[in-house]
Amino acid sequence: MAITRTDVEKIAELSRVELTAEETDLFARQLSSILTHVEKLNELDTEDTSPMSHCAPGGGDVEYTKRDDEVRPSLGQELAVENAPDTEAGYFKVPRVIGGEQGGRGQ
Amino acid sequence: MRLTISSIREGIAAGEIKAVDVCSRALERIERFKNLNAFITVIGDRALARAEEIDQAAARGEPLPPLAGTIVAVKDNMVMRGVRTTAGSRILFNYKPPFTATAIERLENAGAIIIGKSNQDEFAMGSSTENSAFGPARNPWDTERVPGGSSGGSAVAVAAGLAMAALGSDTGGSIRQPASLSGVVGLKPTYGRVSRYGLIAFGSSLDQIGPLAKSVKDAARILAVIAGRDASDSTSSNVEVDDYVSALGGDIRGLRVGVVREYDVAGLDAEVKEKVGAAIALLKDLGAEIIDISLPHAEYAVPVYYLIATAEASSNLARFDGVRYGFRAEEATTLKAMYSRTRDQGFGAEVKRRIMLGTYALSAGYYDQFYGKAQRVRSLIERDFRNAFEKCDVIATPTAPTPAFRLGEKADDPLAMYLSDIYTITANLSGVPALSLPCGLSSSGLPIGIQLIGKHFDEARLLMTAHNLEQALGADFTPPALAGS
Repeated sequence: MAITRTDVEKIAELSRVELTAEETDLFARQLSSILTHVEKLNELDTEDTSPMSHCAPGGGDVEYTKRDDEVRPSLGQELAVENAPDTEAGYFKVPRVIGGEQGGRGQ
Repeated sequence: MRLTISSIREGIAAGEIKAVDVCSRALERIERFKNLNAFITVIGDRALARAEEIDQAAARGEPLPPLAGTIVAVKDNMVMRGVRTTAGSRILFNYKPPFTATAIERLENAGAIIIGKSNQDEFAMGSSTENSAFGPARNPWDTERVPGGSSGGSAVAVAAGLAMAALGSDTGGSIRQPASLSGVVGLKPTYGRVSRYGLIAFGSSLDQIGPLAKSVKDAARILAVIAGRDASDSTSSNVEVDDYVSALGGDIRGLRVGVVREYDVAGLDAEVKEKVGAAIALLKDLGAEIIDISLPHAEYAVPVYYLIATAEASSNLARFDGVRYGFRAEEATTLKAMYSRTRDQGFGAEVKRRIMLGTYALSAGYYDQFYGKAQRVRSLIERDFRNAFEKCDVIATPTAPTPAFRLGEKADDPLAMYLSDIYTITANLSGVPALSLPCGLSSSGLPIGIQLIGKHFDEARLLMTAHNLEQALGADFTPPALAGS
């Protein structure tokens, strides 16, 4: 299955990864090759097979229990923002959300 | 004499050894073998302080916990409060977590000394440790070769005697494949056997933490400490934890060992085939019954894995956006540009490739064709294992199709790299435990591993089988360049 440069640009946009022109070309080639390999799955008829989304043994025989719903101490604001690249008054600080260099392309 | 986990604890208790000396020697050795690049961060002062506490407890005559004085390396995708944790990525180059992974906490509570955070492929994506933002780790058997990956630093640390044991994580073979290529024991436990709280997630339906060690017994001792239910991880299981160390004493007469018909594939190295075959013959000599089994959908495991793991990764890695922690690209003036540039500059090529592949497999119009299809075939693979385990107790396969390959050899061909996980991936897809044990050397002196796969939560029997085989092989897998050092 062939992935075009346009496809790669669209996926990059969805993934929030800005690619250089070289990366776009390289990924178009490599993703095409990987997707050709995964097309092998089409050899199998899975019409009557249900999808497996987790691997609890036997598809769910073992119970993965939840903890009790009790109030416990949590991280706290100071620790929560400690690693942030930019903060102000205990909040995460980020560049403007609307407008600027990519204004008009929607958010 | 090489120290084992039990000998060191006894030595400290008897006053013959000091944990501080053991720790200092390990730190000197890490410095001496710096060229192997096994660690991203070494925490010498913290380790020595821990060792001092253990020596003081011993001097007071207090009973020592089971891992007292054991030097452990921890893969750098497990968080440790206040200790830089990078997951091998530039995007987390300065991250100091505010909490500690349960597996690490349990090791420390059992007296283990964490000596450092070991090198890995970025976010555990890779099979060679070449995808680390901190440079590749090198194989102590031949420093021009890779140690395998993604837990390559953990495997190197154990193989080169920089630590007595290590924690790795295994999403598609990332504990077992480097264990095989580096000549150590590596165990991926059953999905849910070990808490993943504090493991930086890659593929959440596949990831599992497990031990790497010099011997099966040491691996069993580590597993005994880290296994079991954890209220902080809802996927951790409440199935009772067996006594793994006592179980090693069992014998394998009558054990049914399955050999997979479909695994004699074109890419399988002749020497790997021969050594693994010889190990299986040895199991037979020990009284096991060798049974021909079939995993008819095994050949679909790699494509299924690379759709499911990348889809889950694309979602898990969405959190790395330059807002709450880690690296942020400076020059962006809008939020969206900041996200995209941060992720472009913060992630390496393989991580971007997998995020893109996963995003594509989940995107509107392609979801059923790729992700949905992969989940259905995953059911077939899981059913293959259930059927096989009606005929046998343990399955034996090669761990990796070849011994360690050269640095750079597969770097430009992602698909070739993915195929080095052909034998390990199925255990993650079906959730069963699997272990790699060194079983021989190639003619060029590189270690070869045999993989043993068990039933869900049957780690005790898996370890017992491996222990019997290890004793019968009677080989010492120490890299020649390090022998006597």
